Amino acid sequence: MGDPSDRSTAEPLEFREATKRYPGSAKPAVDALSLKVPAGEICVLVGPSGCGKTTAMRMVNRMIDITDGDILLGGRSVRDRKPAELRREIGYVIQHIGLFPHRTIGENIATVPGLLGWDKKRTNARVEELIELIGLPPETRSRYPGQLSGGQRQRVGVARALASDPPVMLMDEPFGAIDPINRERLQNEFLRLQAELRKTIVFVTHDIDEAIKMGDRIAILQEGGKLAQYAPPAELLMYPASRFVEDFVGSDRALKRLALQRVRDIDLWKAAAIRVGTPVADARAALDEADVPYPMLVDERGRPKGWLSDRALTGERVTDELRSPAQPIVELDDVLRDALADLLSSETRYGAVVGHDGALAGVLSLEVIQHFLHAAPAASPTGADLLRE
Amino acid sequence: MIGLPIGQLQIEKPGGSDQCVASNGFCPEWIVDNIDRYWTPLLEHVYLTIAPVVIGFAISMVLAILAHRRRWLTGPIIATTGIFFAIPSVAAFFLLQPITGLGYTTAMVALVSYTLLIIFRNITTGLRNVPAETRDAALGQGLTERQVLFRVELPMAIPEIMAGLRIATSTTVGLAALAVFAGAGGLGREILIDERFKSNVVVAGGLAVLLAAAFDLLILAAQRAITPWQRAGR
Repeated sequence: MGDPSDRSTAEPLEFREATKRYPGSAKPAVDALSLKVPAGEICVLVGPSGCGKTTAMRMVNRMIDITDGDILLGGRSVRDRKPAELRREIGYVIQHIGLFPHRTIGENIATVPGLLGWDKKRTNARVEELIELIGLPPETRSRYPGQLSGGQRQRVGVARALASDPPVMLMDEPFGAIDPINRERLQNEFLRLQAELRKTIVFVTHDIDEAIKMGDRIAILQEGGKLAQYAPPAELLMYPASRFVEDFVGSDRALKRLALQRVRDIDLWKAAAIRVGTPVADARAALDEADVPYPMLVDERGRPKGWLSDRALTGERVTDELRSPAQPIVELDDVLRDALADLLSSETRYGAVVGHDGALAGVLSLEVIQHFLHAAPAASPTGADLLRE
Repeated sequence: MIGLPIGQLQIEKPGGSDQCVASNGFCPEWIVDNIDRYWTPLLEHVYLTIAPVVIGFAISMVLAILAHRRRWLTGPIIATTGIFFAIPSVAAFFLLQPITGLGYTTAMVALVSYTLLIIFRNITTGLRNVPAETRDAALGQGLTERQVLFRVELPMAIPEIMAGLRIATSTTVGLAALAVFAGAGGLGREILIDERFKSNVVVAGGLAVLLAAAFDLLILAAQRAITPWQRAGR
């Protein structure tokens, strides 16, 4: 299979005071919504029920027509397009999936290529590629939707939406009907996919945790279809623009920010890494340079063994007398929230951080985390970035 | 064969010396010897069943598609076809005679009108049972309304449509036996030719029952053949 990103396309999307008013209703369902989604990013529309998030999403492919304002896809107004043609260029995934039960999985995935008049060979190759991409066995192709599990059907729904390599995808609570364990797995799978495909995605959910996890940017909508805030997840958690946003993201927003970050993303403390037999004078010099007041004993490959006691540094050369073992040991790739949990459960202030090779890379402390939480969220990565490795 | 004097005819009984036949009893030997005389009425009966069901299906389909686009039409269509359905068939055959005369046309008009309510209702139910999310997904992928109807909704409605066809066909086999009153042929006429002769009634009536069963199995087999997704096991 070729790398799908070779020919993957994406277009920017822009809402320009897009408004939906229903006749007989005093308040608009979506009120002059303006926001830009750069090409290749996931924009999550989130908010309580009745906030117009689904309506806003459905205006993009004209499943609902705009009353006022406009939506531009790749700089072109969707209002100038024939709905059916427009929709063939926009991937569409909904909560209840809506696979055609009377068609095989292969035929379901080939729906839009069929509408676009692709020849059989090209369609076949694409279907094969997509079934592999979503990690289903090739024989799934000739099965019917009724023979698949909920999670498998949801994957097929995503494959179907990707069939013609659309520049934009709309996803309405795509994982909403899946049990929590499988939802988490599908979310991760999808983010991995998106890291390759880099589609422009409008993603609707009512779940702020899902929004934080999936979104490059999050648009919080409130009743009456008003945009309350539009920002990257970390910024939203750090600086909620209003009381409404603050309440909506929840009182545990500090913890949520930690879930967005990995240990490698923050400035770790430097520790003095000392081997047995090092001259004590050198060890003391290293200790003066370090941020942590205790030296760390490491083996010949730099792997942490434990915190050295004061007596280890009393002779001429450093001995292996330990004050305490190197507990906990966290990895650079650990999510910051998990690392904090390790620290707290070990009842220690310092945690040794190691890289892939197991060698000491720095020290994580409660102060480091506190400092991070109070610093501005500069260039904070998103869920998609976290899963890209 | 016009103006049939009912019950006044007698089947000629070759070998009338037979005691059983002379007493109008149930005579297997006579049946074996005379079975040939029933083939033509049977074929007529097949025609009197298939033609009304096919025509009725075509009309019902058009009506159902119209009503699918304009929901308000459903009520009036059900009311009208319901009235057709409620008219006693024999009455219909006689009432139509001044307009369409005696013969197959009269029989056909009446029989077609009986199928409409059943088939229309089943197509409509089938179309309505298509889940909203399937329609939504179809439209959202860029199928036009017409494509949604023909590629998604109608195929998904096949089980209900076929169920309607089965009821309509069985009903029509039965009603076609009365088409003799409209001046048409079929097994009904064969029964009336000598309705006191048990052998005759049993053979003609039995063939009608077998015909209904055969049609039913045929439609069921067709349905299974065109709805493979319904049989696919997990």
